[in-house]
Amino acid sequence: MENKGLNKVGLIFEKIDNHEVLAKGFKMTREEIIQEMLDSGLKGRGGAGFPTGMKWKFTAAEKNPDKYIVCNADEGEPGTFKDREILDRVSNKVHGGMAIAGKAIGAKKGIVYLRGEYRYLLPKLMIELDAFHKMIKEIGYDFKIEYRMGSGAYICGEESALFESIEGKRGEPRNKPPYPTVSGVFGKPTSINNVETLVTAMMIIQHGAKNFIQYGTKDSRGSKVFSVSGDTPSPGIFELELGMTVQQFVNEFGDGDTKAVQVGGASGFCVPRKKFAETIIGFEGVPTGGSMKLFNSSRSMYNVLHNYLEFFTEESCGQCTPCRVGCQQLLKGVEKVKKGEAKSTYLNELMKLADTMKIAAKCGLGQSVGNAFKSIVGNFKEEIIY
Amino acid sequence: MYQVGNLVKELSEKHGHARESLMPILQAIVLKHNYLTDEAMVEVARELDISAAEVYGTASFYTFLDTQVKGKYVIRVCKTITCSMKGKGDIIHTLEDMLKIKVGETTPDKQFSLIETNCIGWCHKAPAILINDLPYTELTPEKVTEIIKDYMQK
Repeated sequence: MENKGLNKVGLIFEKIDNHEVLAKGFKMTREEIIQEMLDSGLKGRGGAGFPTGMKWKFTAAEKNPDKYIVCNADEGEPGTFKDREILDRVSNKVHGGMAIAGKAIGAKKGIVYLRGEYRYLLPKLMIELDAFHKMIKEIGYDFKIEYRMGSGAYICGEESALFESIEGKRGEPRNKPPYPTVSGVFGKPTSINNVETLVTAMMIIQHGAKNFIQYGTKDSRGSKVFSVSGDTPSPGIFELELGMTVQQFVNEFGDGDTKAVQVGGASGFCVPRKKFAETIIGFEGVPTGGSMKLFNSSRSMYNVLHNYLEFFTEESCGQCTPCRVGCQQLLKGVEKVKKGEAKSTYLNELMKLADTMKIAAKCGLGQSVGNAFKSIVGNFKEEIIY
Repeated sequence: MYQVGNLVKELSEKHGHARESLMPILQAIVLKHNYLTDEAMVEVARELDISAAEVYGTASFYTFLDTQVKGKYVIRVCKTITCSMKGKGDIIHTLEDMLKIKVGETTPDKQFSLIETNCIGWCHKAPAILINDLPYTELTPEKVTEIIKDYMQK
């Protein structure tokens, strides 16, 4: 496995001449932009990791001239706070990335869906958006962005639930297919990209795919913004090259007593100390939308798991049974085992339930509850039982 | 006083009468009054020409679109793992003592509501709360006491 070590990078928050990069992007043809994205190997930075170039290619191929580019700023994964920071510091690059994506897929309209918890950013963002609209008008390019607000629902970070919410409905995920590239918001072909992905796309236009692939590994190109929290002397936001091991990460951010790192938030994976050295942070190992939570030996992993299960029980939209009932039963199940009301072997039944949810749940929320559940129960069984 | 008649008309003129205007309209009412009354939802339904059940169904899906009485200042305390590890419990106790209410309740003078919420994206500066739209981070019992005292004088 390729191991790049821990390298701090300063590209995402770097101040750039937006006008110049956009003028460069707008001079490229649609095909050239998409090819550049494909060559860069960029995978979505929201957590799911779908290749951005492919998403743009599929949306570009749709005949309907009425298309949308949607920026997913419904950052709700526990432990993730990078998109807020990006919007706060370099919203210009987010808007720019949307315009470039718009050019690539042939969309004249963009929508940013911002989570309700970040509403305090809106007045500033509106001023910056006005300036952005003036700037692209000067360049002579026609593209309009509007903001829509969320109202405190984690599930709306799921792309089709997000579309439902923009359309003024309950944020319940849709059946797929059709995928957003065919039928997204308002039933139109839509490319939906994470905040950081759009900024990274700007970076690729600026520096070129050739330079971008100097960073990261074959499976995980480039650098990524990590949100570091928990038992660490240096919590905060760090842009790091992809391809380091959890051990290298812990050496930099741990407090000397790290027993586990939760990579990818509540829907991600728990890596115990014995697996730090062999686990790569990236799509070849444990993928992450950026959430990195460190736990030291004073923490009870039962409390961590219980907190995550409460989170999912509350945030499940309730539409499909495997997720609605599954989340409740996992939560009740670990409580019973802890209190001694069920035998420890009952955990095996719960593990099977988590597997069933992965197969049977309708969307990514229910499908990923098992990630944290299985990796925490699997690695810290004694803490769950006693 | 919670009066919605004109407000809903003004908002639907501003945002439009299409279904997609529903969220912005409900959000604007909540921004002004902190929660939605049955009358407000019926009025919105009439303006957008959809059933009141559709409006209630949508509003009740979103935790920030409250359909129960809420105070002028809604305090949302993050309870997700990092805030929970870093002293959320002390913050809740302090707030309960100061406001003389429990989590989930509103003060009799309708000034403050105290609720818990899921991750608000300030894990690196835990524990954190939102008071209406504004985040307050790296809290201690002393710090949160000062903040609430300021709000009490507003």
